Amino acid sequence: MPWDRNDMARRAAQELEDGFYVNLGIGIPTLVANYIGDDIDVTLQSENGMLGMGPFPYDDEVDPDLINAGKQTITELRRTSYFSSADSFAMIRGGHIDLSVLGAMEVSENGDLANWMIPGKMVKGMGGAMDLVAGVKRVVVVMDHASKSGAPKLLHECSLPLTGRAVVDMVITNLGVFTIKAGKGMTLIEIAPDVSIDEINASTQATFEVAV
Amino acid sequence: MKKIYPDAKAALDGLTFDGMTVMSGGFGLCGIAENLIAALRDSGAKNLTVISNNAGVDDFGLGLLLQTRQIKKMISSYVGENKEFERQYLSGELELEFNPQGTLAERCRAGGAGIPGFYTKTGVGTVIAEGKEHKEFNGETYIMETGLISDLSIVKAWKADEQGNLIFRKTARNFNPMMASAGKFTVAEVEEIVPLGSMDPDCIHTPGIYVQRIIKGEHEKRIEQRTIRERESA
Repeated sequence: MPWDRNDMARRAAQELEDGFYVNLGIGIPTLVANYIGDDIDVTLQSENGMLGMGPFPYDDEVDPDLINAGKQTITELRRTSYFSSADSFAMIRGGHIDLSVLGAMEVSENGDLANWMIPGKMVKGMGGAMDLVAGVKRVVVVMDHASKSGAPKLLHECSLPLTGRAVVDMVITNLGVFTIKAGKGMTLIEIAPDVSIDEINASTQATFEVAV
Repeated sequence: MKKIYPDAKAALDGLTFDGMTVMSGGFGLCGIAENLIAALRDSGAKNLTVISNNAGVDDFGLGLLLQTRQIKKMISSYVGENKEFERQYLSGELELEFNPQGTLAERCRAGGAGIPGFYTKTGVGTVIAEGKEHKEFNGETYIMETGLISDLSIVKAWKADEQGNLIFRKTARNFNPMMASAGKFTVAEVEEIVPLGSMDPDCIHTPGIYVQRIIKGEHEKRIEQRTIRERESA
């Protein structure tokens, strides 16, 4: 059975290591916070200016001055620090954030990422995504393996405008896990339970090696 | 020089003109200068270029200036929450320049610090890099981005003293400090004006040199995505 959203988030959480500073994108990546193991110490960064992001507030704790990058109300922790957007992106661009988990519309076999714009439809903007993929040490993408209409999202070349070139290190889909290494391309390293290689081949355009 | 003004209208008196460039602090609706945005609308200044991370929502924040068609161009990183923005952009009434969020923040910081340009890896190989100078440093490619300054910056802080020293609160800080520094003229609205000496000088976020006028405002502080968790029952 393919993985669901929570399974994918749980798998992404396995990429977190003790002491990591991590930025989680909007959507499935936000769920990763629910699966961080008790045995590791991880600090979450929110690019609107916060390190040490806590859980969503109880009803009587809601503070309009305390939101995450998805504009959701959140809470602080004892370790929390606040800073400006310039300082926030200095730590992102400067390579101080260990890992970012992001959603995607398309990923190419050399790690190009497209996740901010569909020409002809409304353009909402890239927000901090281009800065994150350019600056964070390791980028993990979590997305459905194919689009709602069944079209492959793992491609030879992205068709949509790019967020970054050769920036993705790992892709976790509902069917499996792929690594991408510079100059070496894409490798399938895990398959979701009861999913066959044939099934993955049928919904993947990108060329990949299999090392399951 | 007296920096404290009685209200937002008085604080913008003589500062607004058609075709001006305005920086407006805030992230989403968090930390926006609610009172000064309304006063800028009431000033009637038009053909504005507005530099702000977001464009408000339809009936709040910078959405107020879109309703009245006072904005000619926006420089932003994300505008997804505003339907009127979408309509004006798709019909060609509104110009839009997207900047990656960190590039936008650094352009404001650089502008305020007298730095006309800088190099960044953000956006290399994307549409953002088109037409921009590319340069290699240590084998990696960077693009040049330019510093930004404004004719007027409107910012929101938590507390100010009469010298214009500012303290922000939690994630309402966001773009406000850099935009305060990058304004030829900066007006700050705050929740509280406190006596000189009552803020710890070691804890001031924006020194008063960057702030020319101050008002105490009333703030709705609208929440875009009220997200809560349930208490586990005992």
